Amino acid sequence: MATILISVDGIAVPVAEGQSVLQACDAAGVYIPRLCSHPDLKPAGACRVCTCHINGRPHAACVTPAVHGMVVENNTPQLTADRRRIIEMLFLEGNHTCAYCVASGNCELQALGYRLGMTAPTDPYLWPRTTIDATHPDIYLDRSRCILCSRCIEASKQEDGKTIFGFDGRGIVMRLNVDAKGGLGATDMAAVDKAASVCPVACIVIKRDSYRVPNGLRRFDLSPIGSDIESKR
Amino acid sequence: MDIVLAVQRRFGYVSDEAIHTIAANIGRHAVEIEQMVTFYAFFDRTPQGRCRIRLSKTPVSLQKGAREVATAFETSLGITMGQTTPDGAFTLEWTSDIGMADQEPAALIDMRVCTALHPSDVSQIIDAIRNGLPTLPNESVRSGVKKAGPLLSGPVGGETALKAALSLSPDKVIENISNSKLRGRGGAGFPTGMKWRETRKAAGSEHYVVCNADEGEPGTFKDRVLLAEFPDLVLDGMTIAGYAIGARHGILYLRGEYTYLYGDLQQRLVARRGARLLGESICGRAGFDFDIRIQLGAGAYICGEESALLDSMEGKRGTPRDRPPFPTEHGYLKQPTVIDNVETYACATRILQEGAPWFLGFGTQQSSGTKLVCVSGDCPQPGVYEVPFGITLNALLDLIGVKDAGYVQMSGPSGEAIAPKDFGRTIAYEDLSTGGSTMIFDQTRDVLEIALQFADFFVDESCGWCAPCRVGTTLLKRELEKIVAGRATLGDIRAIDSLAQTVARMSRCGLGQTAPNPILTTLKNFPETYEARLRSEPFVPAVDLDAALRDAVSVQGREPITQAG
Repeated sequence: MATILISVDGIAVPVAEGQSVLQACDAAGVYIPRLCSHPDLKPAGACRVCTCHINGRPHAACVTPAVHGMVVENNTPQLTADRRRIIEMLFLEGNHTCAYCVASGNCELQALGYRLGMTAPTDPYLWPRTTIDATHPDIYLDRSRCILCSRCIEASKQEDGKTIFGFDGRGIVMRLNVDAKGGLGATDMAAVDKAASVCPVACIVIKRDSYRVPNGLRRFDLSPIGSDIESKR
Repeated sequence: MDIVLAVQRRFGYVSDEAIHTIAANIGRHAVEIEQMVTFYAFFDRTPQGRCRIRLSKTPVSLQKGAREVATAFETSLGITMGQTTPDGAFTLEWTSDIGMADQEPAALIDMRVCTALHPSDVSQIIDAIRNGLPTLPNESVRSGVKKAGPLLSGPVGGETALKAALSLSPDKVIENISNSKLRGRGGAGFPTGMKWRETRKAAGSEHYVVCNADEGEPGTFKDRVLLAEFPDLVLDGMTIAGYAIGARHGILYLRGEYTYLYGDLQQRLVARRGARLLGESICGRAGFDFDIRIQLGAGAYICGEESALLDSMEGKRGTPRDRPPFPTEHGYLKQPTVIDNVETYACATRILQEGAPWFLGFGTQQSSGTKLVCVSGDCPQPGVYEVPFGITLNALLDLIGVKDAGYVQMSGPSGEAIAPKDFGRTIAYEDLSTGGSTMIFDQTRDVLEIALQFADFFVDESCGWCAPCRVGTTLLKRELEKIVAGRATLGDIRAIDSLAQTVARMSRCGLGQTAPNPILTTLKNFPETYEARLRSEPFVPAVDLDAALRDAVSVQGREPITQAG
């Protein structure tokens, strides 16, 4: 069988049957920044951070099947600027105070901010008013940090078989919703659920577990996001 | 969707109890029903007034006096927009364009349409509602056709097109459509014949024909006119498509704002079944079974995007899908599906009636046929004008009798703001591609105020799925507000331009990709209106510090010391 190859910034990347552009690049050690995509979950195409120029047009790499001969531009100044802008938007949309957030150092949003060179957003913050749901004995939800990536919705439905999460509303007032009026505590969510571990930020937090690894020694404190993928090359 | 529509109609809102009952009965989780219900503007989660008055808020309705009508309603009912009367009788609110741009100010009153409103009509309307009159004052929709061309004149409702199609093989029908070079009339302009061929070729247990009658682009109303006055032209076209692609089911997705057309359209379907133009063995052709059902929408502009429309028809949030796969392979219920605009089906009917060469006789090399243009705004005769592709804006303006247009908003907010210097441009896929919306503004209108209203529209209508559109539309609106308020500097112009381009490049679907257009096209074509509002300082903060401190100052009872220098 002939090898399927795509070209990513001039690098020849081999493709296995059925892979997306993002998956093929991951396997080949070429890092495409991404936020909502999770290796164990179906891609959502929600954050658009992994947008690349594919055959000259912008497409999200996570939802674009790799086809032989594709020409992909990934690491360009404009794409980096656009991706940084999306990260900034998410910082503006929520209340992300890294300095005293439990996820600092493990947070994919924060890590992408650093990797893409974000300093301070230039637009005004939106300061949403959201509530904290602490009804569950082992997990709490802080919606002001939710970036609506839909990972927990997908994980709960497909991996846990529970459908604990969904969205509420549309547009800028869209929020994460749970499958019970009484809050997360009234659902059959468990701390060992996949849905509890896929949150890229600190919206879904396991209680009494946040500082096992101290600040400064966490995943992205030690090496930038994406370096695990790049080390394969 | 139909279950929730019925609950909303019966109870006026969708309660927690209703959500749980629906979920239990269809074997889903409450959170899944809730996420669908909260997506649509016409579904409520809390009790509202027994009568819902929704006034259309668009730049055109406002120039025709919608604000004055709103004030009259507010005064009569003793409430402000967005409120419900204490006795629970009325809820008064604004809504996005309801497809009546040729007869604004217009309102949806419990899904009934009242047009050409004047403040003096308001008390009579309220009396009529209170007294439960069967018909409200102003409850009528005027015929919209101002100039009929080859599409709108000629026989309607005959079997000629259908019989002509059935005399050919399905492949030949598609060949006819391809030869006519018909392209999608929604504005994107995909070749219809190619779409039909792909769908016919695709494997599936069923094939579907979907008619996109969710025309939500502010300023368009041609689909309303076609469905109200030429329904058979459209239904014939869907049936022909059914024959061509080998489908047994057709679905007409009718926007919730056009609920008033639902009854008449149902009657047309019944009559057509009686005449064997729908149902089994159509026109006596054994084996050709095809029927059409109507799916009502519930107030979401995004559902005009074809993949969002498919999700909406499946009873989900109207969130666009990523492509590939395309609907031609994975459409409604993951089966091969043709989705076309109302006007496209009408064109297909005429092509089968009159032949592809006839159709090629109108328009340009790349844009064959005619286009229904919906004219509204500052013009003597708003309505639908059928014009051949290739007509210049100047010629169009002459035709409709407009002498001194300040600018023309082509193809709605997602299109372009065209300045007089560009009125020589032509309406055609190769130049100004349009879904039909043509809003005319005279020289007294404020370009930036209108752009701001459009920016606001996109904030309301963003589905929220992807970050650049969800957050970007709100940021763009805020930046533009700062400019309109005269608090912006040159740096702000550069910032809004760069942000708008990011949103356009990074958004997932057409809504987000075109949402910055009101800003990008006015920046390009009307830079002077921006310059006129700029401050000369190098930087003005977004927050007006003095205004923000006003409360604190009044509590303290003393003015802060002003720094010297």
